[in-house]
Amino acid sequence: APDSHSTGMSTAGEVPAFFKSMGSDSPARPRQKFCGMFCPVEGSSDSKTLDFDALSACRGKSDGRVIDRQTDISQPRKVEIRESTGKEALQNLDDKRSDRLLIKGAKIVNDDQSFCADIYMEDGVIKQIGENLIVPGGVKTIDAHGGMLMPGGIDVHTRFQMPDRGMTAADDFYQGTKAALAGGTTMIIDHVIPEPGISLISAFEQWREWADSKSCCDYSLHVDITEWHKGIQEEMETLVKDHGVNSFLVYLAYKDIFQLTDSQVYEVFSVIRDLGAIAQVHAENGDIVAEEQRRILEQGITGPEGHVLSRPEEVEAEAVNRSVTVANQTNCPLYVTKVMSKSAADVIAQARKKGTVVYGEPITASLGTDGSHYWSKNWAKAAAYVTSPPLSPDPTTPDYLNSLLSCGDLQVTGSAHCPFNTAQRAVGKDDFSLIPEGVNGTEERMSIIWDKCVVTGKMDENQFVAVTSTNAAKIFNLYPRKGRIAVGSDADLVLWDPDLTKIISAKSHNSTVEYNIFEGTEVRGGPLVVISQGKIVLEEGNLHATEGSGRYVARKPFPDYVYKRIKARSRLAELRGVPRGLYDGPVCEVSVTPKTMTPASSAKTSPAKQPNQPVRNLHQSGFSLSGAQIDDNVPRRNTQRIVAPPGGRANITSLG
Amino acid sequence: MSYQGKKNIPKITSDRLLIKGGRIVNDDQSFHADIYMEDGLIKQIGDNLIVPGGVKTIEANGKMVIPGGIDIHTHFQMPYRGTTTVDDFNQGSKAALAGGTTMIVDHVIPEPGTSLMEAYDQWRQWADEKTCCDYSLHVDITHWNDSVKQEVDNLIKEKGVNSFHVYMAYKDYYQMSNSELYEVFTFLAERGGIAQVHAENGEIIAEEQARMLQMGITGPEGHVLSRPEELEAEAVFRAITIASQTNCPLYVTRVMSKSAADIISQARKKGNVVFGEPITASLGTDGTHYWSKNWAKAASFVTSPPLSPDPTTPDYLNTLLSSGDLSVTGSAHCTFSVAQKAIGKDDFTQIPEGVNGVEERMALIWDKAVTTGKMDENMFVAVTSTNAAKILNLYPRKGRIAVGSDADLVIWDTDSIRTITAKTHNSAAEYNVFEGMELRGAPLVVICQGKIVLEDGNLHATSGVGRFIPCSPFPDFAYKRVKARKQLAVLRAVPRGMYDGPVSEFSMSRGGTPSASARTSPTKQPVRNLHQSGFSLAGNPAPCGPPTPDDVPIRPAGRRIVVPPGGRSNITSLS
Repeated sequence: APDSHSTGMSTAGEVPAFFKSMGSDSPARPRQKFCGMFCPVEGSSDSKTLDFDALSACRGKSDGRVIDRQTDISQPRKVEIRESTGKEALQNLDDKRSDRLLIKGAKIVNDDQSFCADIYMEDGVIKQIGENLIVPGGVKTIDAHGGMLMPGGIDVHTRFQMPDRGMTAADDFYQGTKAALAGGTTMIIDHVIPEPGISLISAFEQWREWADSKSCCDYSLHVDITEWHKGIQEEMETLVKDHGVNSFLVYLAYKDIFQLTDSQVYEVFSVIRDLGAIAQVHAENGDIVAEEQRRILEQGITGPEGHVLSRPEEVEAEAVNRSVTVANQTNCPLYVTKVMSKSAADVIAQARKKGTVVYGEPITASLGTDGSHYWSKNWAKAAAYVTSPPLSPDPTTPDYLNSLLSCGDLQVTGSAHCPFNTAQRAVGKDDFSLIPEGVNGTEERMSIIWDKCVVTGKMDENQFVAVTSTNAAKIFNLYPRKGRIAVGSDADLVLWDPDLTKIISAKSHNSTVEYNIFEGTEVRGGPLVVISQGKIVLEEGNLHATEGSGRYVARKPFPDYVYKRIKARSRLAELRGVPRGLYDGPVCEVSVTPKTMTPASSAKTSPAKQPNQPVRNLHQSGFSLSGAQIDDNVPRRNTQRIVAPPGGRANITSLG
Repeated sequence: MSYQGKKNIPKITSDRLLIKGGRIVNDDQSFHADIYMEDGLIKQIGDNLIVPGGVKTIEANGKMVIPGGIDIHTHFQMPYRGTTTVDDFNQGSKAALAGGTTMIVDHVIPEPGTSLMEAYDQWRQWADEKTCCDYSLHVDITHWNDSVKQEVDNLIKEKGVNSFHVYMAYKDYYQMSNSELYEVFTFLAERGGIAQVHAENGEIIAEEQARMLQMGITGPEGHVLSRPEELEAEAVFRAITIASQTNCPLYVTRVMSKSAADIISQARKKGNVVFGEPITASLGTDGTHYWSKNWAKAASFVTSPPLSPDPTTPDYLNTLLSSGDLSVTGSAHCTFSVAQKAIGKDDFTQIPEGVNGVEERMALIWDKAVTTGKMDENMFVAVTSTNAAKILNLYPRKGRIAVGSDADLVIWDTDSIRTITAKTHNSAAEYNVFEGMELRGAPLVVICQGKIVLEDGNLHATSGVGRFIPCSPFPDFAYKRVKARKQLAVLRAVPRGMYDGPVSEFSMSRGGTPSASARTSPTKQPVRNLHQSGFSLAGNPAPCGPPTPDDVPIRPAGRRIVVPPGGRSNITSLS
């Protein structure tokens, strides 16, 4: 390949030129113009990406074209990786030619269909898909033997290396992305949390620095809005325009720290809509949570069970409902992070039925376990489950959320991976409200969903791809570069073994924490081979992650998937006043100013509610009328009727 | 109508009243019986009653006799920026009696910052002077602090007020924060009060109002455009969440939209103790009139939450009222003259808010819900009086025809047809929001405190005869369930040993100020508290204890638990 990995792709976020027009065209038309050295006939790959013959071949294995692949299989489900020249060492990932990878005989699973084909990758990009590909020599070949090959997972919500009161989340970007890769996730989107008072840009750059030096897979960043004033708005603009950020998170919880008021949320959402970004929301009513925390501490409940008792699921549902209302009002697309309870999920499902552009993100923990563990006698174990919103103590919750995920009412899955080790959790040993929050889940995410949804028949493999990667890529404008197996897409792939069974345990997981909240759960389904940026990073259970190889993936604003509807609605939503003549009747004198109009609340630092505002403003009294009447000041009796002004009654004030 | 016996001295005998041949309609059943009243009380019910001489008798001829209506929400004589609403307690209660309503419950609105008790006394004085029918008072809590709390306590214990109203709208004026609502509700739940809310999200309204005015929309249509029904539904949802959290019975005043009503009925299905009050206006008309070319007419419909522009709303609300999902009806009667409304002629946010409805309430519900077959006459009684009496803890004194109950009765004529118009109504306002509406069903005779106040279309109301009816706390209708739940809702901590493992250092105090009792100082402190750093441990962990063999599982780059001296306690062990 002429352009090497370092020049062509690592300019973070620069999408190759042939990608620029992708996704906007209808799928019937050729998706790209490809003219590399391996392309014998122009356009030959186009038909191969959607080869419907291959589809049927996949269902009936007796088809001639597949048989020769099947005959020489000794162990049907095993995967063979071989070098065609036999010279290069397998793990020599820095070798130039190891960038060339061929996967033979895979069943390619996208979110819309599955079909059998071979895939050829080079320079971290999928170059060809089809049968009997013509590939150069020196290509490493993986024989998939009909195994499922799907786009690598995208974990839309991680908090690696998150600072919290001087501590840092136990998994940094290296440890975290390694765990992600081990579970079949090849891209993560992390949250930048600027301390209130700190510039968004500088926080963003801090996170870039951490991630660039440590991340083993591609990543992108959400930015959290933890306070609100004019400067923040400008920084958001800069982030969208120059830094490839298209999603911002606001908090309705964490009173007096991150929480924004409804007015502020309204303004943030309006700005986000104008910028073409996605509004994410941490939905919990922080005011009520604060009150409940106090009450529960007063009752002498200090253990982790207090965490869930002080954050009942109603409080989550209420905040979801409120943010949906504000989003509707501002015509802004909404994305609810961490859907943890049935009632919150119901609110989202209902809002979608009414047409709201809203997306819900359940996380590994809410899909895989419940909140009964908060009552564990083992403090350290109970504390390991502390996250916000909390896991619901209702044991039917995971099943319910999996059902909604399967039917499309919830769309994407994250992990909200933010574990702390026990010593860090113990900061809150005498007060549950001080326990640092966050659970693990980035490694377990794909397997848990496969086990809970696909094995149980709730969803098929295509929907599985949709909820683990494609929808996320569409919402955050990464599609089809990520989240799809197509010519021109990034070579982030997972060869999935639906029969692999594994028992999740802290002893064997890749995270650094002592507890795994899924401890002892047996899951069926797991990655056999993981390919990230065109390189094999997991095979035969061995992880070959390279620290710092992850690229920052920039995201453009106005994702079609989200904004097509928003744009159409904003065109319709023009309001018009009623043209009327001037009112020329009598007008009462007023002495007080009620409802003081101070709608702009762009100052979190000074929400001083002007303590005794309702003092009468005696200076501002009455309107000055052009046609003031003599009888204006005459006190009116009980049964007053409109007095006709001199010059006849204007019909505008007439009765009826 | 005739007088029995020979003595014909109305002044004495008019207190004794006999209704013969009526069909008594209560909320649970209807039956034929005669009613004998004396001294404003129902003394006997039955056939062939033995009554003293000199009794005035009304022949009901099989017509329905129902308990007089209770209008649970009025704003008579409400001060507004130096003026008052055009219907004072005399005018307003006269209109009420004309419509078959024999008791009203008015709202006391103290200016924020002023004493609740003073405002209550002021309202008592106004009402005692002027009302023509019995009345009670709700008190609105417009600000919250410890002295207000004390006053609320006194009002409940000594002044006969059991319902308090809070606002989620009117930002920077009446509006309360969620924390304040939580505290108010908690307090009311302790003292046995009913929490009423004006449910609208005031913050978003303020934003939307600013947007509308910027767009140049200044007419009354801006009022409804800036207050879409979603904002009402959102606030109802939030209020229900807080009420359920604090285990406090909730009463939503002015249910104006389908979505708000839906939220209430869903919450009731989930078991929340919540009551919804649609008002005459929302049951009888819709918000399309805000777009009227006649400014004065459009302005006369301005109320908050606004009437929904969706014309199917009244029908929907009547259906929910009939099915019991909405419980009581009020009028929110609060009328302003056109000249007063014109304060906001150039800015819809300045238009004083309120519509008429106290006179039309009973007839309108009869016409929309009973003649259409949505509800029966018993349900009609329930939603117009009985349920309200139960919530106010006045049942069975009010809201029921029974021996011992107050003699507030209405003989209802199901067939009379009337056309509503501002020309004939008893309110002082120039506009009637139901103008031109033809309603079937009207009161034929209205008896209030055992006296005939309406007969043959003539109103004989006496100013100042209305008594204040004190309401006691803990009404069974709302509190039986709440009490039972309180007993169940005791939370228990998990008994655990002391955690004795290592503890990380940390620097920032988080979420340490949950109390919100100070509306005046919500200063947020996102500043790091550098003084509060770290816990002091009883058993300081050794800086580098030798790792025990079972602590070794390969975890690269990770922090391990440092083993404290004295061995690892099992409380922190991996399970």
